[in-house]
Amino acid sequence: METFLEEVNKKIHGVPLQACYHCRKCTAGCPAASYMEFNPNKVIKMIQNGQKDRVLSSSTIWLCLSCETCITRCPNQVDIARMMDVLRQMAIEEGRAAKEANVLKFHEAFLSSIKFGGRVHEMLMTVHYKLKSGDLFGDVDIAPSMFLKGKLSLLPPRTKDLKSVRNIFEKTQSK
Amino acid sequence: MKVTYYPGCSLHGMGKEYDQSMKAVSRALNIELKEVDDWSCCGASAAHNTNFDLSVALPARNLIAAEKDAMDVMVPCAACFNRFKMAEHHLKADKDLKARIEGVLGAKYQGGIAIRNPIDVIYNEIGMDALAAKVVKPMTGLKPVSYYGCLLLRPPEVCQFENYENPFMLDKIMRTIGADVKNWSYKTDCCGGSLSVSKTPIVTNLCDKLMAAAKEAGANCVVTACPMCMANLEMRPSANMKMPVFYFTELISLALGLPGSQETFKTHLTDPQPLLNQLRLV
Ligand code: SF4
Ligand code: SF4
Ligand code: SF4
Ligand code: SF4
Repeated sequence: METFLEEVNKKIHGVPLQACYHCRKCTAGCPAASYMEFNPNKVIKMIQNGQKDRVLSSSTIWLCLSCETCITRCPNQVDIARMMDVLRQMAIEEGRAAKEANVLKFHEAFLSSIKFGGRVHEMLMTVHYKLKSGDLFGDVDIAPSMFLKGKLSLLPPRTKDLKSVRNIFEKTQSK
Repeated sequence: MKVTYYPGCSLHGMGKEYDQSMKAVSRALNIELKEVDDWSCCGASAAHNTNFDLSVALPARNLIAAEKDAMDVMVPCAACFNRFKMAEHHLKADKDLKARIEGVLGAKYQGGIAIRNPIDVIYNEIGMDALAAKVVKPMTGLKPVSYYGCLLLRPPEVCQFENYENPFMLDKIMRTIGADVKNWSYKTDCCGGSLSVSKTPIVTNLCDKLMAAAKEAGANCVVTACPMCMANLEMRPSANMKMPVFYFTELISLALGLPGSQETFKTHLTDPQPLLNQLRLV
């Protein structure tokens, strides 16, 4: 059977995680490290140790900001940003509850908005997210002022050939 | 010059000040814009966080549409720019992926057009001499720090932007229009945009750090080229840490005295008009 390390490496499809010599430069530059359950370099160690459950159920994978600072500075070109993408996708595919549930709910609301109109309508997307997350009060003070300033339009924007966009969602679904 | 223009969702929504000023400045600098036919969203971080193939296919649909015009495609939103460059990178590096994505889209990807950001187009194609010659109102008294953020620059092999740890093109553009641009070491630090809505307290900390550094550098405003950075930096800092944030194109438009250049300041979430009034720039 494939080890967790092999599985992750295959999906990263680049420099294998074994190239990491644990210098912690990635963690030193990571803007989110101090909020994470395990810092980025620790996650590599845990993957090497086969701690799949702990990694995939951790907050770390959902708090990564995808800022790409880690890969930019790693002396061995270990792509931690890509690794975080891979780990999030593995967690989703396995149907695990995301430790930071609202982060995933926001992504889902965003993608539904694209599926709906081909382009994102910020207000519809926000309403959708609020219903999903139950975070009804965040930003309520900001939305009305944006309305008054005409920053949020009422009419959702649309891609004409919506079928082609929805087709992309359908065909990339099972991966 | 003529380019294909990909506005992306933000520039037709929250970031409309960027779209308006981009169009005005392009007209003044003889950059003709032709919008990508029937474009769709690039998928942003939501797609690459959840589904790799989707995160390549969504930008690829737009790249293929842009290729029909056979010109460089100019992408003002840093987030869209990054997703376009990432898709290009993966499609060129991985033949199996390319075949798979072309299968999904039912169309071929040629990879023949360059994906460019307006900072690069204005700096390298128009040039600072041509820009300087058009300035009628130098931005005297304006002390911006230039904020490049993450997505224009990283990862460097993919984005191919200049000097990814200490870029200067935006600084030089600001200097050319007469602003007293301040140096700081946070040009490329992340503001936390991708978690702005779902993990707001973390993002407030990151934005406060940036604003504190900007103040320490002696800045009275921040200049950006990304609608996500703009939204984040206007909304998320603590009340006492906020300062005006501008799209770089808004300031060029003002310096060139273009019609309508003061309109976009009215819709900012952190009002920049008191500062501009005080400096007699409006
Ligand atoms: S910077 Fe690279 S080598 Fe150093 S710990 Fe991080 S991943 Fe490992
Ligand atoms: S991409 Fe994620 S892990 Fe890497 S530095 Fe940014 S936040 Fe940290
Ligand atoms: S990055 Fe933002 S604006 Fe750009 S297309 Fe994607 S969602 Fe829409
Ligand atoms: S919005 Fe902030 S987090 Fe996103 S790219 Fe711009 S700098 Fe990075």
